[in-house]
Amino acid sequence: MHRRLIANGTVIDPANDIDQTGSLLIEGGQVSGFIPGDVPADIEAEVIDATGLLVAPGFVDTHVCVGEPGFEEDETIASAALAAAAGGITSIATMPSTNPVVDNRGAAEFVKHQAAQVAGCRVYPMGAVTRGIDGKELAEIGQLAEFGAVAFTDAKSPIANAEIMRRALEYTGMFNCPILHNAIVPELSETGVMHEGFQSTRLGLRGIPAAAQDIMTGRDIALAELTGGRVHIMCVTTTASVEQIRIARQRNIRVSGDVTPHHLLLDDTVMDSFDTLCKVLPPLRSPDHIQSLIEGLKDGTITSISSDHQPLAIEKKQIELDIAPYGICGLETLLSSCVRALIEPGHLSWLELIRLLTTGPAELLGIEGGTLSRGRDADVVLIDPKREITIDACQFQSRSRNTPFDRETFRGAVVKTVVAGNVVYDRDAA
Amino acid sequence: MSVAGSETIGLGQHLLGIEQLSAEQITAILDRAEHYREATRGGTEKLDDLRGIVVANLFFEPSTRTRTSFNLAARRIGADTVDFTSSGSSLSKGETFVDTALTIEAMGVDLVVCRHRTPGAPQLLAHHLKAGVLNAGDGTHEHPTQALLDMLTIRQRREIRGLKVALVGDIRHSRVARSNIHGLQKLGASVIVCGPATLIPRTITQMGVEVAHSLDEILPEVDCVNLLRVQFERQRGAFFPSIEEYAHLFGMTGERIKRAKEGLLVLAPGPINRGVELTPEVADGPHSLILNQVTNGLFVRMACLSLLADERRRLRQET
Repeated sequence: MHRRLIANGTVIDPANDIDQTGSLLIEGGQVSGFIPGDVPADIEAEVIDATGLLVAPGFVDTHVCVGEPGFEEDETIASAALAAAAGGITSIATMPSTNPVVDNRGAAEFVKHQAAQVAGCRVYPMGAVTRGIDGKELAEIGQLAEFGAVAFTDAKSPIANAEIMRRALEYTGMFNCPILHNAIVPELSETGVMHEGFQSTRLGLRGIPAAAQDIMTGRDIALAELTGGRVHIMCVTTTASVEQIRIARQRNIRVSGDVTPHHLLLDDTVMDSFDTLCKVLPPLRSPDHIQSLIEGLKDGTITSISSDHQPLAIEKKQIELDIAPYGICGLETLLSSCVRALIEPGHLSWLELIRLLTTGPAELLGIEGGTLSRGRDADVVLIDPKREITIDACQFQSRSRNTPFDRETFRGAVVKTVVAGNVVYDRDAA
Repeated sequence: MSVAGSETIGLGQHLLGIEQLSAEQITAILDRAEHYREATRGGTEKLDDLRGIVVANLFFEPSTRTRTSFNLAARRIGADTVDFTSSGSSLSKGETFVDTALTIEAMGVDLVVCRHRTPGAPQLLAHHLKAGVLNAGDGTHEHPTQALLDMLTIRQRREIRGLKVALVGDIRHSRVARSNIHGLQKLGASVIVCGPATLIPRTITQMGVEVAHSLDEILPEVDCVNLLRVQFERQRGAFFPSIEEYAHLFGMTGERIKRAKEGLLVLAPGPINRGVELTPEVADGPHSLILNQVTNGLFVRMACLSLLADERRRLRQET
């Protein structure tokens, strides 16, 4: 049996509470053990030297648009998988907001089929909550679950009708799947370009008030309590949403939330540039809200970080700000931007950050992965915490380049990604 | 004044908003506008200051007044002009707005005057074009030449420093309000914004203005009112119950003028909705400076075009 040893790194495995120097032994594509301290001299294995590096479970990303089918100009499942690998992500959950929408068994099978052809990362389809993600009738949730959907979401389309959301929470509960919701009140957010506040007033740009998310988060929590269903708020951006989730979790209501690196790193003052690359939904908020997100991460209210990967062909972004689509291409900058937002200012330890990128999202989706436990598939990421990299969007594995971080230098980078024991990404070979 | 030899006021290549200008720069623009008022004898005589300069008027939003004013101003001081109007967006046309502008620039254009319904559209052009860009109104963001002509009109009557100016009406959707707030404050005036609470963003106080919701309360203390047009076309849904109620609360009437401070200056950027923002009696009365504003618009636009042409020539000489 083929053996690999990732040697002499700092192994960080939140699931097993490991954060110490040692080596990871991989046999037959599975983790066969953690060896603390120095490498045993007698071991026979192909060695990957991880001296000075962090060795962590491959990241799990719950929020990835793959473009395929229907928007292949933006991304394909294959290109998204390569981009994920370059970002240290070994499992992605894909948004059903494709064309056609993944709201039936055939569409889910298509995603699984395409995913089976690609290298780089594991692809888990998510199914639509409502048919055509139009918020009106339930999609074929049972069949979607049977054919591999790990969770349900209408992607960026809010489920405005409370009765539909109620039924969806009751129904998905049968299959023990969560609903991931873009909790935002449509009437308060439609045609909005940025966070509503002083900056939007100054710039004359249509704002999306924090209340748009606060109200919907509150509604979803009430419905989760009513139904016993599991709801996850995607891209939490506001103080009151964090507070409501915190209180609800203390009351054992089944609600969770994630944040994205761009919502942590960029505030609404960046809209000064009128740059369409900074137009995202929910919008980049003001610094006081960002502070609340960090508090939520620190105290465990927020349980995962997602890339909110929305690849968009460049011509779609080179138009007027009010009609430009929302979204940032996030897979390949996930780790570096998290380091700048959370590690460098000292908000989180590496162990805490890795937990948010691995066990947090894996538990949400109910998938394996996100741990280095013995016997699990060896999905591993090697991180150089000191390495400086300059983002070059033209070199992205993704088909799209819509990042506001192009040409920026970050400290902390993924150097190797391993899936089932095989190196699928090597920064120095790329 | 020899235009080619005049010293720079550091305007840079583009004029995108009042927010970025200093008080000195604003004053210099107003001074040059006065110069053109005299040099063209009130706009009746033609100059050749901008000979060889091609000005493209790119209007992506319906406009008659501003487009005509820019066109006339450019020609009166010797520029060649080309007009491009389109009310469609990038999406409806299939060609992006930037591509349209690049195409027109490629025909040898020096200055682009841009009117667009989207805030930041001129910034986007400035980013992509080599030509100088002059913002002729971008959505609900800024309308620098309107604010400049408003300030010129006030300055011809009163010293701006120390004045109290009320901007009345739809502040939320008004680019004129934003540009006026920046400009008037830089020149030392204080600004009150007055209108229905639905049309005044609460955060506007962070721009250093006072907020009032009663016109009658502020009239005795202000020196000038600028009556902004109700932007029905920019409003989604109803921001006030009826036009009658708006006119009742915020319309400038002869009765209200009587209760105002003596010598009140009445401005309105137009096009006015007679009977809504102000009654015909006020619009055509002795306090009204509406037609002065229109004429001053010509001189202000001459000034802006010639200052940007100076920058353009300077840039050409350097390269």
